[in-house]
Amino acid sequence: MFYREAGQFKTDYASDQAIFPILQDRIGLAIIFVVALAIPLAHNDFLTNAVMIPFLIFSLAAIGLNLLTGYTGLLSLGTGAFMGVGAYACYKLTSIFPNVNIIIWIVTSGFFSAAVGAIFGLPSLRIKGFYLAIATLAAQFFLEWCFTHIPWLYNYNISAAIEVPQRELFGIIVTGPRATAETRYYIVLAIVVVMTWLASNLVHGRIGRMWMAVRDMDIAAELMGIRLLPTKLLAFAVSSFYCGVAGAMVAFLWYGAAESTVFNINQSFTILFMIIIGGLGSLLGSYLGAALIFVLPIVLRFVPEMLGLPLHAATVEHVTFMTTGVLIIFFLIVEPAGLARLWQVGKQKLRVWPFPY
Amino acid sequence: MHLLYMIFIDPFVQMGTAPDLLAQTLWEGLVGGMLYALIALGFVLIFKASGVFNFAQGIMVVFAALTFVGLHDAGVNAFLALGLTIVVMFGLAFAIERSVLRPLINQPDIILFMATFGITYFLIGFGEFVFGGDPKVMDTSDLFLPKGSITYHTLGGIVQLQKLDIAAAIVASIMVAGLAVFFSKTRIGRALRAVADSHSAALSVGISLEQIWVIVWFAAGLVALVTGIFWGARSDVSFALEVIALKALPVLILGGFTSIPGAIVGGLIIGVGEKLGEFYWGPLVGGGTDAWFAYVIALVFLLFRPQGLFGERIIERV
Amino acid sequence: MRAPGGSDVAVGDVLLSVEDVSLSFGGVNAVSDVSFNIRKGEIRAIIGPNGAGKTSMLNVINGFYQPQQGRITFKGETRSKMRPYEAAHGGIARTFQNVALFRGMTSLDNIMAGRSLKMNKGIFWQLLRYGPAMAEEVEHRARVEEIIDFLKIQEIRRTPVGRLPYGLQKRVELGRALAMEPELLLLDEPMAGMNMEEKEDMSRFVLDVNDHYGTTIALIEHDMGVVMDLSDRVVVLDHGIKIADGTPDEVKNNQAVIDAYLGVAH
Repeated sequence: MFYREAGQFKTDYASDQAIFPILQDRIGLAIIFVVALAIPLAHNDFLTNAVMIPFLIFSLAAIGLNLLTGYTGLLSLGTGAFMGVGAYACYKLTSIFPNVNIIIWIVTSGFFSAAVGAIFGLPSLRIKGFYLAIATLAAQFFLEWCFTHIPWLYNYNISAAIEVPQRELFGIIVTGPRATAETRYYIVLAIVVVMTWLASNLVHGRIGRMWMAVRDMDIAAELMGIRLLPTKLLAFAVSSFYCGVAGAMVAFLWYGAAESTVFNINQSFTILFMIIIGGLGSLLGSYLGAALIFVLPIVLRFVPEMLGLPLHAATVEHVTFMTTGVLIIFFLIVEPAGLARLWQVGKQKLRVWPFPY
Repeated sequence: MHLLYMIFIDPFVQMGTAPDLLAQTLWEGLVGGMLYALIALGFVLIFKASGVFNFAQGIMVVFAALTFVGLHDAGVNAFLALGLTIVVMFGLAFAIERSVLRPLINQPDIILFMATFGITYFLIGFGEFVFGGDPKVMDTSDLFLPKGSITYHTLGGIVQLQKLDIAAAIVASIMVAGLAVFFSKTRIGRALRAVADSHSAALSVGISLEQIWVIVWFAAGLVALVTGIFWGARSDVSFALEVIALKALPVLILGGFTSIPGAIVGGLIIGVGEKLGEFYWGPLVGGGTDAWFAYVIALVFLLFRPQGLFGERIIERV
Repeated sequence: MRAPGGSDVAVGDVLLSVEDVSLSFGGVNAVSDVSFNIRKGEIRAIIGPNGAGKTSMLNVINGFYQPQQGRITFKGETRSKMRPYEAAHGGIARTFQNVALFRGMTSLDNIMAGRSLKMNKGIFWQLLRYGPAMAEEVEHRARVEEIIDFLKIQEIRRTPVGRLPYGLQKRVELGRALAMEPELLLLDEPMAGMNMEEKEDMSRFVLDVNDHYGTTIALIEHDMGVVMDLSDRVVVLDHGIKIADGTPDEVKNNQAVIDAYLGVAH
């Protein structure tokens, strides 16, 4: 009753093809946006620093992987490493040119990631499916090795870790130990919102259709004149761009430091699980999956405590792994299209509410 | 110039001037490769028989080893512990069939593949929960596995072979031969191959998918147990093995996903290549190349022969 | 929307010819020394018993399979190898025996995907979406809507194609091929699995495409009634060899053709 399309007429193709054609959707989005802006006002450092910032960053990484695996159908197990490329690239860029705006470097590091991603995507011309996933594993392990064996990357630091230097923007400290959670949150929010908007534009247009065509039936796509290698390479490049920026943000706007274990194979799997559970081929799904996988360990840590049964930190980790495993299987059985589909189904029911169908 | 010499000439010079070191390295490579081959064998069994790419094979090896060590450490007699572990692996196979495979019959392969990710994560969490996350030491003397080594004074120096490794090679060969015969000659073996081709077709000729799957995952569990014991006997049992098990994937690329001899040959090639690479070329780049060498070998291979050494050429149909 | 002009081939001239094409897969001969041509503006049927090599022949014309031997001449240019991309850009489109639609997308998106050839606003404009990219989308959407009107599939625009009944899927696939504005349209068993009514509809569409848009059509079909009614000329394959070539009447009375279908021992 509240959520209806009836009465909302479109009189030209442009508005018919708008991304949120239903008014209620647009209102909902505006509300979410206002809430997002207001979060730091709660002055809950834990909420901002340990929940919202990483949630946004991982949502961006999940979008990146979803573009490659969900929209184009190219399974990648190298997400962690591509994030790492962004982080280390940003570190080197700001070490060499410390006076340039750090945000510019964060975004630029994405291009380095994109280049690396495109190179490791070259085999996709000859290789498909599982085999390509194994090629991305080569990227993952090789790049991880580079992060610890090329001292130039971490400025010859003995611990092979990178420590983020302090950088300012218009007089406000934005990175480094003294940057406040609120500042970092707003920067992350801004970057993630803009990049999500760009991704949305891409997938709703010609390029998104080409990617999905390659995913669904690449032979037919080729016979329709879609050139496979450039399309796949573009997917690798754009996906790695997003992962690189996310990686740079992990180092510069969240941890304040990084080392190669942050970008290891487990990270790759975690993000893959986010998009499996959240919904392959859905930007909303990337957010939902990130939220679930991210919030899960936090819930598992705090809920038993609140119920009076505190769990060891180690046990929480074990239970998290088990729960993640069970969730993946559960979703694959019940709703392979993930949370995003459940959301869609929910909206469908809402459309006809209060009638059952 | 010097760089070119160091890359292309010097390693071979080293190989020639110290052949005993070369032989030692080759042997180590073969032993490591055998381990990869055994893990790959578990993959091949399940893939050949159900079309499922069981990503959880590595964790099954760890789980089997942990169960054995856990029981043995708790005071259970070694052979009894072995028997109990076999029961546990059967239970695991049964549970996986019931809760994961059956609900996903006829789903596309990629969904089943991702489901095995779920199994992997679950077993990691469960294993750590039950057995704790610290590395364990496996004592295999009660199993009458040999200890110590044989030393050959040959090739101008010393080559040392661990007796355990030799025993492992023998056991592995017997097991592989047995499996190969099982698949090609027996009725159940044929049924397994039918199921791998098409679930619905196999169902329609009366093959019980459930039974087949339990058998096959159990067989893979046994292979995992053998692998786990030999692994554990050589080094500590810990969850680090799970990542090492990923190296079975390049093995599968070389050997093909459905070939038992392919898994063996592929494993040996990868094992030897990796060891040689690390020993002779590793020092040039700071070491640690065995983290990725196997994958690069596989990648290069894929570019020239996308179906692997033993696989069938893929013919696309529209 | 018409088939692109600017082609030097006049109606009645040969648009495509294949000469001595042979194709085999590891010892199995799919097609052996087949030669025939297709004239511009005609409807050419390719028929034959199962396994005759008809789909393989289409795949060769499309550039999907490369023949071991032989040449293909299209619009005056002779090639021994053609990439699928080149075929598509040259104006060849096709539908598939097992409907090869993009199942994750709606009908509208599938047909819009067929316009990919014609759309060229690069990634920069796509990222922005509003502006030149949107103008391009709207322009091509208008063209696609013409096809949707022509095929009468307005109601199912936004339905994911996986949910459509088989007959409608085939229609959407035809629409996707038409979106490429092809000069030569290859149809692989477009009537397969359809009932009488659906076949009549599809036949009408095929004839309309040929009449209104002037598209040359090569058609694989098993239903003899359809073949006789629709086609101008027919080529018959059996076991990879051409056994007859001519008008429907000539072919219908050809003894070799009758034998092939009735299964006389060779």
